[in-house]
Amino acid sequence: MHDDDPTGEALASLGDRVVAQAAPGEQIEVVLVHSAETEVRAWEGDIESFASATAHGVGIRVVIDQRQGFAHAGSHDEAVVAETLAAARDNAAFGTPDEFQGLAEPDGVAVPEMDLYRPELAAVDPETKIRMALELERATRDGDRRICGVESADYVDALSVGAVVTSTGIRSIGRDSSCYLSVYSLAADGDETQTGFGFSVGRSVEDLDLRQAAADAVERAVRLLGAGKPATRRTTVVFDPWVTAQFLGIVGSTLSGEAVLKRRSLFADRLGETVAAPCFTLTDDPTDAAAFGAGETDGEGLATRRNELMTAGVLRQFLHNSYTGRRSGTASTGSAVRGYAGTPGVGCMALVATPGDAAPDELVAGIDDGVLVQGVTGLHSGVNPVSGDFSTGAEGLRIRDGELAEPIREFTVASTLQRMLLDVVAVGNDLTRLPMTAAGVTLVVGDVTVSGE
Amino acid sequence: MAGTMPDADVLDATLRAALRTGGDFAEVFVEDRRSSRARFDDGKVEELVSGRLSGAGIRVRSGSSVGFAHTADLTAAGLRSAAQTAAAAARAGGSPTPAGKLSRQQAPAPNEVSVAPDAVAKTRKVALLQAADEAARAEGSAISQVACLYGDSQRSILVANSDGLLATDEQVKTLFSVSAVAVGDTGMQTGRESVGRTVGFELFDTVDVTDLARTAARRALRKLEARPAPSGAVPVVIGPGGGGVLFHEACGHGLEADLIAKEASVFAGRIGEQVANPMVTLIDDGTMGTEWGCYAIDDEGRPAQRNVLIADGVLMDYMWDRLRADRADRPASSGNGRRESYQHLPMVRMTNTYIANGDSEPDDIVADTPHGVYVAHLGGGQVNTATGDFVFGMTEAYLIEDGRLTAPIRDGNLIGNGPEVLTLIDALGNDFAMGSPGTCGKDGQGVPVGDGTPTLRVQRLTVGGTAA
Repeated sequence: MHDDDPTGEALASLGDRVVAQAAPGEQIEVVLVHSAETEVRAWEGDIESFASATAHGVGIRVVIDQRQGFAHAGSHDEAVVAETLAAARDNAAFGTPDEFQGLAEPDGVAVPEMDLYRPELAAVDPETKIRMALELERATRDGDRRICGVESADYVDALSVGAVVTSTGIRSIGRDSSCYLSVYSLAADGDETQTGFGFSVGRSVEDLDLRQAAADAVERAVRLLGAGKPATRRTTVVFDPWVTAQFLGIVGSTLSGEAVLKRRSLFADRLGETVAAPCFTLTDDPTDAAAFGAGETDGEGLATRRNELMTAGVLRQFLHNSYTGRRSGTASTGSAVRGYAGTPGVGCMALVATPGDAAPDELVAGIDDGVLVQGVTGLHSGVNPVSGDFSTGAEGLRIRDGELAEPIREFTVASTLQRMLLDVVAVGNDLTRLPMTAAGVTLVVGDVTVSGE
Repeated sequence: MAGTMPDADVLDATLRAALRTGGDFAEVFVEDRRSSRARFDDGKVEELVSGRLSGAGIRVRSGSSVGFAHTADLTAAGLRSAAQTAAAAARAGGSPTPAGKLSRQQAPAPNEVSVAPDAVAKTRKVALLQAADEAARAEGSAISQVACLYGDSQRSILVANSDGLLATDEQVKTLFSVSAVAVGDTGMQTGRESVGRTVGFELFDTVDVTDLARTAARRALRKLEARPAPSGAVPVVIGPGGGGVLFHEACGHGLEADLIAKEASVFAGRIGEQVANPMVTLIDDGTMGTEWGCYAIDDEGRPAQRNVLIADGVLMDYMWDRLRADRADRPASSGNGRRESYQHLPMVRMTNTYIANGDSEPDDIVADTPHGVYVAHLGGGQVNTATGDFVFGMTEAYLIEDGRLTAPIRDGNLIGNGPEVLTLIDALGNDFAMGSPGTCGKDGQGVPVGDGTPTLRVQRLTVGGTAA
C-alpha cells in the first residue's frame, strides 16, 4: 500500500483543500486515515481465513460561534468529503456555545522523530504470513501433550498513514506499522479444559518471537489444569504483566482532564497529594519508540510528550487535550486521543509503571501466602472508575511459602482503585511490551479480597 | 440510499470474478450505514455527529479456507478488484466455478419503522437530551453530573452469493441512554439507564426519556448509602430483565456453533442432555418485534428465526452461521450469521436471547430467600466458553436479609460456571421482561443484542465484594 502516497503528502493535501474552505470566523479540522491490514488465521494445520483490506476514513470538525459540529465517513472520495464537511457545519448549529471550544493551535513543541514505520512490513509476501500463522499453531500444539486444540492462531499486520490539518495552522502527518502474533490454546485433562494465550508484537516481522508466543500459550493453559476454587480471604495478590497493563489502563482513565473537569475523576482534588505507594511511579510516554502506543503527534496534531502522572506515589498532573487544557487554565499535554470517527477525547497512549529491581520469582519468594493472578475477566462490568470500586473475575495460582502452588479459578479479586494504589507493595523488573495502552510489569498488591467458596 | 447499491449485473460480474480461480462459494455483502448521535454532557450539547459508512465485503470459500477482502469503492471496477483480492486470499488455484443466477428472496421485516431518523429535525433530538438532563438533576442536589446520549442508525444491507441468493434489508435502530453521577460523604456513585429498539424516532412515542433519567439518577443516589458488597458464595436473586446477561454469558456464547466446532465450549457434544433445571427454556429470537437484536435477514442473507436452544432444561440445538452449517451438513444456518460491518467476516452471533416465564410470584422468590443478594440491574459480562467460567457486573443490588431487600450494595462482579449455574437455578418468576440494549463483543466485533428473563434465583453464585 501507499505506493501512490508514500509520505502521506496526498492525504495532507486533501486536508489542505478542505480547510481552505473555512469561512471567516470558522475553524475547520480534518483528520484523514488510510490503512491496510492483513489477518491470517490458522486452524488444524490449514488456513481458516485470510482477510486483506484497505480502509479510508475522514473526520471533519467545525467550530463556529463557540459551537462544535462533527461528521465522519469511510471514504476519501471528494464528493463524500464535501458531504461530510456540510454535515459537520450543519451539526455545529446545534451545539451549546462554549467559550473554551476551539481547535488546537501550534504550541511550539517539537515533534519527536521516531522510527515507527517500517516499509519492509509492506513488502512481506502472503506466503510468509501464512507460514507464520501455521507455524504458530503447530508450535503451540506441539508444546505439550495436554494441548488438545488451538482455538485461533493469528498473524496480523497493519500499516497506516494519517494526517491532521487545521485552519489554525496544524499540519501533521504520521505513519505507523505494526504486526503481531496471537494464539489461544486449549489444554485438557480428562473432562477438564483450560485456556491460555500468548502473543508477540512488533513493528516488523523480525521483531516477532513466535516461539515465545507459543510457549506462553502452552504454559498458561497447562498450568491451570486441576484448578479449583479458592477459599474467600483477604490476601496479597501478584498481577502478572498482562493483568497489570489492564489495571494501569483503568488508573490512567481516571487521570484525564476531561474526567476531572466533568467531576467524574476520583482524583480530581488531589494534585500534589500522596495517592499511591512510594514505590509507584506512573508515566504516559508516547515518545518512547519501544512502546506499542508510541506516536509522534496526538489526535489534534500536536507533538506528543512525556507526562509523569504519579511520582513516588504523589499525584503530579492530569492529561489534557486543547479543550480541557484551555478550560483548566493550563495547556494541552499532547494527549488528544481519537479515531477518525470521533471528536478528540483525552487519554493515555503509552503508560508505564517504572520497574523496580526484583524479578517476578524473587517477588513471589517473599510472599508466604498469596495469589498470582494470570488472567482477569469482566473489567468492563465490575470496575467503576468513578466510584473506584474494583471487582474482577480471575484465574491463577496460589502462592504458598514463597512458591507458586496449585492452580485456582472461578474467583474474584476486589478492592477499590484508591486502596490498591496505596497497597502496592512492589513493582517487578520485568517490563513487557503488550498490544495495549499500557506496558506490562509484575505488580504486587497487598490486602485484596479474593472471593471463592 | 438504495441508489448506491450495485445492480444485479454488477453483483453477478463480481461473483464471477470472485470464483474465476475456483472455490466453492462466493458472497458479496454491501452495506450503507448512516448514523447520527448527539451527546449532552456537563450541562451542554457537546456535539452532534453524523457518520456514513458504505462499502462491500467479499468472501470466497475454497475447501476449508476463506479469503476475504473489503472495499469502500462500490463501482464495478472497485468490486472486481476486491473480488480478485479475496480469490487470491482463498488460494483456490483452479478453473472458474460457475455462479448461480441471482434471484431475489424476501424475508418478513420484524416490525414497521414509521419515522425515519434522518427525517427528524435535529432540534427535536436535542430537546430530548435537555429534558432528560433536567429530569435527572431534579432528582436531588446530590446529582453532580449527567450525560445523555441519543443515537440512531439506518443500515441498508444487500447480500448476493453464488447460490443465487439476492436479499436486502433496511435496519433502523434508535438508542437513548442517561448516566448520572451522585456525590456524597462516601464519594461518587453512578447510575445508568438506557433503551434501544429496532425502530425509528417513534420510539419516543412510547418511551419517556425523563423516566429513564429519573431511574438513572435514583440508581446513583441510592448507592450513596451502599455498603461494600459481600464476598463469597451466596444465593442470588436477579430481577426481571436483568438475568438475560447471565444467560447470554453462562450458556449463550457456549452454544455458538463456531466455538462448538473448535471444542472451545463446555456444551460441545451435549445435544439431548439435561443441561439445566427443567424449568429453564432458553430461546434466541431474531424476529422479536422491535427488540434491539432484531433484523429481517442476517448478514449472510438468511431470514431471522426463533430458535429454541434449551427446552425444559434439555439442550436442543446450537446457533449456526452458513460456514458452520455447511460443515455440519445442515441444510441452512439458523439465521445467526452476523458481522459488525462490511469490513468484517460474519460469524455466529446471538440476537435476542431470553428465558421464558416460570410459575413463581417474584415476591415469593425473595421471601423464600433467607439471606443473599438481589441484583436489580446488571452492567455486562464476559465468559470463557472453554471452561464455562463467566462474570457479570451488578450496578444496582441489595442485600436480602430474612427474605426482604435491605441495604443497597456497591458495584462489583459475580462469578460462576455456566453448566453449574444452569442446574443451580431453583426459582423462576412469572414477570418476564427484556433487559437493557447491549453490544455483544466477540473476536473484536460488536453487534447489537437483546436479552430478557423473569425474576430468577441461583442457589449459589460467588459475589466479588470486599465485605466479610
